[in-house]
Amino acid sequence: MSEREDVRWLAGGIVALLVVASLIGAVLARRASTPAARATVENLNARTRAWWVMVLVLGAAFTLGETTTLVLFAAASFFALREFVSLTPTRPGDYRPLLLAFYIAIPAQYALIGIDRYGLFSILIPVWAFLLLPAFAAFAGDTQDFLARTAKLQWAVMICVYCVSHAPALLLLEIPGYEGPNALLVLYLLLVVQLSDVLQYVFGKLFGRTKLAPQVSPSKTVEGLVVGGLSATLIGGALHRFTPFDFVESLGMSAAIVLMGFVGGLTLSAVKRSLGAKDWGEMIEGHGGMLDRLDSVCFAAPVFFHLTRRFFT
Amino acid sequence: MRPSSWACVGLAKLLVGAYARWRGAEPLPRQRIYFANHSSHFDTIALWAALPAELRARTRPVAARDYWGAGTRRYIATATLNAVLIDRQREDRDADPLAPLGEALERGDSLILFPEGTRGFEPLPGAFKSGLFHLAQRFPAVELVPVYLENLQRCLPKGALVPVPFTCTVSFGAPLRVEAGETKPLFLERARAAVIALSGRAA
Repeated sequence: MSEREDVRWLAGGIVALLVVASLIGAVLARRASTPAARATVENLNARTRAWWVMVLVLGAAFTLGETTTLVLFAAASFFALREFVSLTPTRPGDYRPLLLAFYIAIPAQYALIGIDRYGLFSILIPVWAFLLLPAFAAFAGDTQDFLARTAKLQWAVMICVYCVSHAPALLLLEIPGYEGPNALLVLYLLLVVQLSDVLQYVFGKLFGRTKLAPQVSPSKTVEGLVVGGLSATLIGGALHRFTPFDFVESLGMSAAIVLMGFVGGLTLSAVKRSLGAKDWGEMIEGHGGMLDRLDSVCFAAPVFFHLTRRFFT
Repeated sequence: MRPSSWACVGLAKLLVGAYARWRGAEPLPRQRIYFANHSSHFDTIALWAALPAELRARTRPVAARDYWGAGTRRYIATATLNAVLIDRQREDRDADPLAPLGEALERGDSLILFPEGTRGFEPLPGAFKSGLFHLAQRFPAVELVPVYLENLQRCLPKGALVPVPFTCTVSFGAPLRVEAGETKPLFLERARAAVIALSGRAA
């Protein structure tokens, strides 16, 4: 099969999956009889509709090329950061650091991928933003909760900008023997991480009994994690033809993605609840906010990026 | 709607989301005065953007001529938001500052009004000025809808020019009317309490 035909199969597969999900949703909607069942099915269908939109937007960005892909992820970071700081208490003295985070850190971080500057890309936020954001807050002269405010903004920028940017940063890697395009690796990461979320949710709803962390994330179950996570890992292994990995390597990579994705969802759920919220926002119907969809990507992307960089470049 | 109006609405959605919560009022095309807390220059655009397009087309913000009456601000206020400009400082003691609002209401337009008269920079509104009471008495058929704008004082702290993105919700509450025999201070306090109630905070 030619590389182009490969991509068509992958795109066709995703669309077919969504068609099947929409059909199942329509059947379930007819069958649901109790109000609770109807609410669950309505939420499921809202999620599927949102998936159609997300897949179309992502597909369009990938088709249009690297710049559009970077702009799309920058926008995702922007909305994620907006959600994060909206739930975080800030004071007027945080105005300048916030301006820096939104209007300098985000464009710079993604522009550095565009101009192939891996070195600066990897230290821009952990070094430069880490030191400069609190410095600007200090100039504002407000010391109330200074360390807590600094720490929260630091976390927000690390998660929403630095971690998310590692997904499109895969475009930077030069992998010997891999014909690419590297956008397929980004797609692989997103597909495994999101399928893992969806399958954990579905299997959890179907036969989840043992709650994993009821205080942090009431919908996560051991059964959902094991069955959903294993299925996503197997699917990831089967997708190895789109990657520089062989079947076994691809299984390992997918396992890492699934594990980190799970940890990310759990950790950010704890952060969200410590800020007193159930959802990060309401941008994406049925899912909640941008960060409710990106939480697992935040943790999986940097780890997948560095594993690939360490072992395949 | 004009292209510049779409641009304004798009900018508001991008920066602050302006998510509408209809809690007691429905988004229906009735003639209304929306009155809200005022904490930033972005308030007007956010409330306006939260309305469905059909309602937005007939809803005009009320803006102070001394700030919005000249230059670029005048362009934003009149050309894109179709604002009604009023004089906060009266030169002629006998002039009725509410006259332009009366004209707009007589034409059937709805209004967006900030009864504090000026920005407060605090999450909860200060005392209301009397204009809302007088309009309510002159136009008893117009619904008075309390609105609470959340988070906008965080976008533009005092003296700031560039807005920081924050998710802002716009809550619309149940309409009020002036009760028979209700005095001006009582009504204004009740109106303010209705806005505060939507904030979910204790006054």
